[in-house]
Amino acid sequence: MVAANIIKHLKGALIASIWLAFLTLPIMVIRVDTVEKTVTWRWMHLAYMAVGSFVLAFIWNIFLERRDRGQAKKALETVERVSALSQFLSDPRFARPLMAFGFLVAAAFPWFFSMYQTNILVSALIYVVLGLGLNITVGLAGLLDLGYVAFYAVGAYTYALLNYHFHLGFWAVLPMGAVMGAFFGILLGFPVLRLRGDYLAIVTLGFGQIIRLVLENWSAFSFGPSGISNIDRPGLFGITYSVEQATTYMYYIMLALVVLTIFVTARLKDSRIGRAWLALREDEIACQAMGIDNTRAKLMAFALGATLASLMGVVFAAKTTFINPASFTFMESAMILAIVVLGGMGSVLGVILGAFMLMLLPEYLRAFSEYRMLIFGATMVLIMVFRPQGLVRAKRKVYKINTEAAG
Amino acid sequence: MAQNMNELNNQNTVLSVRNVSMNFGGLRALSEVDLDVHPGEVVALIGPNGAGKTTFFNCITGIYTPTEGVVTAYPKTGKPRRINGMRTNLVCELGMARTFQNIRLFPSMTALENVMIGRHCRTKTGILGAVLRGSGTRREEQEVVDKSYEMLTKVGLEKLANEYSRNLPYGAQRRLEIARALATEPFLLLLDEPAAGMNPQETEELKQMVIRIREEFKVSVLLIEHDMKMVMSLSDRIYVMEYGRIISTGTPKEVSEDPQVIRAYLGEDDDA
Ligand SMILES: Nc1ncnc2c1ncn2[C@@H]1O[C@H](COP(=O)(O)OP(=O)(O)OP(=O)(O)O)[C@@H](O)[C@H]1O
Ligand SMILES: [Mg+2]
Repeated sequence: MVAANIIKHLKGALIASIWLAFLTLPIMVIRVDTVEKTVTWRWMHLAYMAVGSFVLAFIWNIFLERRDRGQAKKALETVERVSALSQFLSDPRFARPLMAFGFLVAAAFPWFFSMYQTNILVSALIYVVLGLGLNITVGLAGLLDLGYVAFYAVGAYTYALLNYHFHLGFWAVLPMGAVMGAFFGILLGFPVLRLRGDYLAIVTLGFGQIIRLVLENWSAFSFGPSGISNIDRPGLFGITYSVEQATTYMYYIMLALVVLTIFVTARLKDSRIGRAWLALREDEIACQAMGIDNTRAKLMAFALGATLASLMGVVFAAKTTFINPASFTFMESAMILAIVVLGGMGSVLGVILGAFMLMLLPEYLRAFSEYRMLIFGATMVLIMVFRPQGLVRAKRKVYKINTEAAG
Repeated sequence: MAQNMNELNNQNTVLSVRNVSMNFGGLRALSEVDLDVHPGEVVALIGPNGAGKTTFFNCITGIYTPTEGVVTAYPKTGKPRRINGMRTNLVCELGMARTFQNIRLFPSMTALENVMIGRHCRTKTGILGAVLRGSGTRREEQEVVDKSYEMLTKVGLEKLANEYSRNLPYGAQRRLEIARALATEPFLLLLDEPAAGMNPQETEELKQMVIRIREEFKVSVLLIEHDMKMVMSLSDRIYVMEYGRIISTGTPKEVSEDPQVIRAYLGEDDDA
């Protein structure tokens, strides 16, 4: 049985390696020197290619099989087993001190690390909030929004323009940014209420492009591709501060916003509204047949996700002091979506980890220069193959039943 | 329809369907269907596969808007309401809750949470309330949990309250759908083939459960079912549908002796 499996894997790996060696023959083996007008055949490379891919394919197959066996075993158990780690994390006795510790480390961070590091972390925190915002729309309510970055742009331009024309400060615009985000969220929500799945994805994708194209081409309004510069940093009781201090200040603002976002999303997740979103994601028809107003639930999910994105837009504009449409391309939307999917749809902790991973990994992989994106891509593929539910699987609340009251 | 508002609360009808037809393009799935449900009754709707029974449920719960006809619901309190064309969630809020022929639970929510969804239209916490979680919200939330758990005990699923509904055995999933529907506090329960896929013992238990539920919650039941033993022993009245038409109606005994019904059912066998 086991031997038969190994032979099967060996066969599979052999076929894969022959195929790959053949496929890469032109680039790996043949070398045309156009100056000397000679062709060199590097047959050794073919051997490297074949042996290397054979070994990798074999290992890959074995891991895949182990994964499938694990899943098959899980499917047989009616009671889903919870890993020791997640059990530990969900026990408030350990989770609370852990969270407090994490917060303390985060609060002390700028004092122990360079401005460069802090700056990277501010960007990562922005993506934590963006991820948590999109997690509401995609992860909880199941509305695949591919134009999420549009709301980020709305916030950024709200601040940049109000600051440019009326010299409004960061703290004054922050709530306005939230309102603008909610407004645009509902604006997009209305036309797509009837759409689902792929259709919704395409329309939201279009919406994202429209906003970017408007910003690029309506120069009188948005200053076109050259963008808006000299945006004010957040005010601090009229005190002027250095660039370095600005980074630290920005960091604490973001930290506060992250904590607030985590608090809000965690509370919503296990509330009447959060359950309605989940039901909407799981089965739209059953959801409505059980008395939930789908329209309302969808608009709320869009509006809330957009509000968070727009808030982050305001922060982003204040942080970089310069914005242009190039910051709001589809790539950004895709990245935020990747954070949600890799982290674990619907899981707050997962999305936070996902954001840190996707934002920090490319930064710290700079040492590997040209292999950076390769490693990054490979990591994403590996996670999706071996943990399709994301880094952290979303878990539902376990209710303690007051049996006396229930009778 | 009842013009006299004083008589509304002692109506002897909870649902009245008049002349309802449903066309899908050229296909006439329902034609001129009349049907009534009286308070506390168990009414069965039977008929061969593809007769239009599920389509009928969809028409009276707002999932489809009937091409013609009038559907009127008579809630326990309040005015009678014309419900064809009404939004599905409002029909449920009015007090008509259904289950589905092919189970439609929320798989990655726990059994308890599935039932809690049923409480949605009877509660009102909004975004702000959920975030602030004041005493009012907490009280409402606790009430939702308690009520939902109570519904689970009614269908015998209290032990599985915190299991994901996708992990429940088939029969339990069917009962969970009933609990979820009950949680919306309906006056009329619409069950689409609740015994499908159950063995005779489970079917018998289901039958007893429906009887208990009707007594306890004072609901009327409209039931689509293929299991004749269950239909004959459970229902007060039966409607027989064939090709979208009601071909016979009456007590179980009357219907089972109706030559038209016998032909509809046996005729099927002759063709096969
Ligand atoms: N949305 C739709 N569009 C087109 N045709 C439909 C639609 N829904 C149902 N039908 C058709 O209407 C007819 C009745 O279907 P329905 O599902 O109501 O039958 P049923 O009596 O519930 O059968 P069963 O006992 O198999 O559940 C069938 O011919 C079906 O193909
Ligand atoms: Mg049917």
